[in-house]
Amino acid sequence: MATYDFIFDGLGLRNWCGASGDDSGGMTSMAQLLAQTSGSDTAVSHWETPFPSMDAMHEACTSFPQSRALTSGLEEGFLSIKNSLKVVVDPLTQPLSWALNEALWVMQVVPWFIMIPVLMLISYVVSREWKLVGLVAVCFGFLGFVDYYTYTMQTLAIIFVCALTCVVLGVPIGIAMSRSDRVQRTMIPILDMLQTLPPFVYLIPLIFLFSVTEPKLYGIAIILYAIVPVVRLTDLGIRLVDPDVTEAADAFGMTKRQKLFNVQIPLALPNIMAGVNQTIMMSLAMVVIASLVSAPGLGVLVLRGIRSLELGVGLLSGLGIVLLAIILDRVTKAALARINVSQSR
Amino acid sequence: MNDTNIKISIRKLYKIFGNDPQPALKLVMDGMGKTELLEKHNHVLGLNDINVDVPTGKTTVIMGLSGSGKSTLIRHLNRLIEPTAGEVWVDDENILEYSDTQLRQMRQHRMSMVFQKFALLPHRTVLQNAGLAPAIAGQNERKYADEARRWLDRVGLAGQGEQYPHQLSGGMQQRVGIARALTSNSDIMLMDEAFSALDPLIRTDMQDLLNELQEELQKTVVFITHDLDEALKLADHLVILKDGSVVQQGEPQHILLHPAAPYIENFVADINRARVLRVRSVMQTTLDTSHECAGDIDHNDTLESVIARSEGDTSLSYRVMKNGKAVGMLDMRKLVRALVPSEQSTDTESARRSG
Repeated sequence: MATYDFIFDGLGLRNWCGASGDDSGGMTSMAQLLAQTSGSDTAVSHWETPFPSMDAMHEACTSFPQSRALTSGLEEGFLSIKNSLKVVVDPLTQPLSWALNEALWVMQVVPWFIMIPVLMLISYVVSREWKLVGLVAVCFGFLGFVDYYTYTMQTLAIIFVCALTCVVLGVPIGIAMSRSDRVQRTMIPILDMLQTLPPFVYLIPLIFLFSVTEPKLYGIAIILYAIVPVVRLTDLGIRLVDPDVTEAADAFGMTKRQKLFNVQIPLALPNIMAGVNQTIMMSLAMVVIASLVSAPGLGVLVLRGIRSLELGVGLLSGLGIVLLAIILDRVTKAALARINVSQSR
Repeated sequence: MNDTNIKISIRKLYKIFGNDPQPALKLVMDGMGKTELLEKHNHVLGLNDINVDVPTGKTTVIMGLSGSGKSTLIRHLNRLIEPTAGEVWVDDENILEYSDTQLRQMRQHRMSMVFQKFALLPHRTVLQNAGLAPAIAGQNERKYADEARRWLDRVGLAGQGEQYPHQLSGGMQQRVGIARALTSNSDIMLMDEAFSALDPLIRTDMQDLLNELQEELQKTVVFITHDLDEALKLADHLVILKDGSVVQQGEPQHILLHPAAPYIENFVADINRARVLRVRSVMQTTLDTSHECAGDIDHNDTLESVIARSEGDTSLSYRVMKNGKAVGMLDMRKLVRALVPSEQSTDTESARRSG
């Protein structure tokens, strides 16, 4: 009676299917339930021939799995490897939890009148521009004044740890990509996937894998999302190094290692720094989403604004994130400009 | 190969660019040309049966137009490019049998290179660039600074050590490139179109500098150029490449007076022969130097200077001196005849004889 009966009849698989139309054992679909309630089993016109999907096949042959079996199978599969996966991943990622906890603790323990000058000092050392130092002071002053100081510091701590991890992992990956076309070919689809996959999608398996109370849950989510630019730009930067200069390095007998550290990385530094800048920006964007899984900071306020429709809180915390983004962007760009001047080609 | 006067010896060197060079090599050895190989087999013939001896302490110039394979050839001397077949002997060792470590050692201590586009490290100071070779060998800046500064002074960059390369002009950057090669203290200097990127006046300066340095240091220099004037100015030994093969090699004066192929005749046609040819190439070697003569000239004088001295009087003849001894006579008429490319001169000579 089902549209695709002929396939299984034709292939002589009727016995494997069991009796046609016998639904005992298989899961009942909503469509079947509806058909039962309406009680009519009218002939289907050609115009309404269903797509030969798993469900349509199941209608013709009960032994054929339904599509919901696929999704539940995926889930069961993940759950069954979850424990063994955890044995490996848990200790590997534990340092991230510690680092995040420590950073959050430090940012909260150090009083504001030490923290803000330290941040100003860092921005001066990196950029050598008094204007930027002023900007940093004004922004943090404002955020403190509206009582968002603690949230801001939490966000800053998370970004600091995550961006640093991204650089520590991403630069070597980028170097490996630049050295071997095969590594590059395998890495690029992975990077594309990380960049385009909606962050919520990889939050789900992470929630299954770790408990929501662990900081590394949101740490990993942020790192996966933000590591892409620094990897890509390290690869690009090293591949763009003037081939004449690398040839000279070869002609004077440099080892591969000397060439990497004395020629390729220094000359790729402007590109690598541009990647770091993008990585910081992207981890800032991810902080809001990460607060869905218990990341502290300004994201929590944004979320509060959405959940309980507190317009003012939402807008002000959004502004806070923008200010933070401006500071981080300007400071890293000023550092980049300083590198460019010292090399100016 | 046991000749002590030969520093580098290239034997039967072939280079074919492409995916599968070995079968293509067989075709080339059986006489297939560059165009046919490219059309039928999609392989590029880079070098075709090169045999060159580079004399110790002399400047060997390899000259050819773009695409003649000259840059490919020089990169075989320090194995920046691996040959398809053949041998390269340096100091009686086949460098193609070298391990990676041996090769690096050779590049660090026995061979240095100067590049067309300078190829300095932009993030290092001039002094650090000049000291690249000792730095690679593991010396720190304090240790190599004196040596590097000495060579920077020698090439005319005294006091510029703390600058960065981008603060210098092109000519000065190439001086750093030369200082970098000299600081390595290697016997062999490879120069890949080293002066081609410079403007003409500065190029002349640099050629003079190189000639001066050569007189003083007598390195074995292999110099690549596409400019015949430059080649004739610098060369002790000239190798002319065309389409990956050696067309003619030998003493530049000899090539100029006896071009072996029409290709070279075309090449030398535009040359100011008076400035390039020297007395020794056109004089008559005779021990009977008792003729009356207008004066003594050195065997290394250019014809230009002799013409200037004679004030255009073709009836004179001069006595040629070498190290204070008379070695021959130069008739002004013969000198003038040498100023015209050889084909015409032999024509007129035969015409005169028959007439």
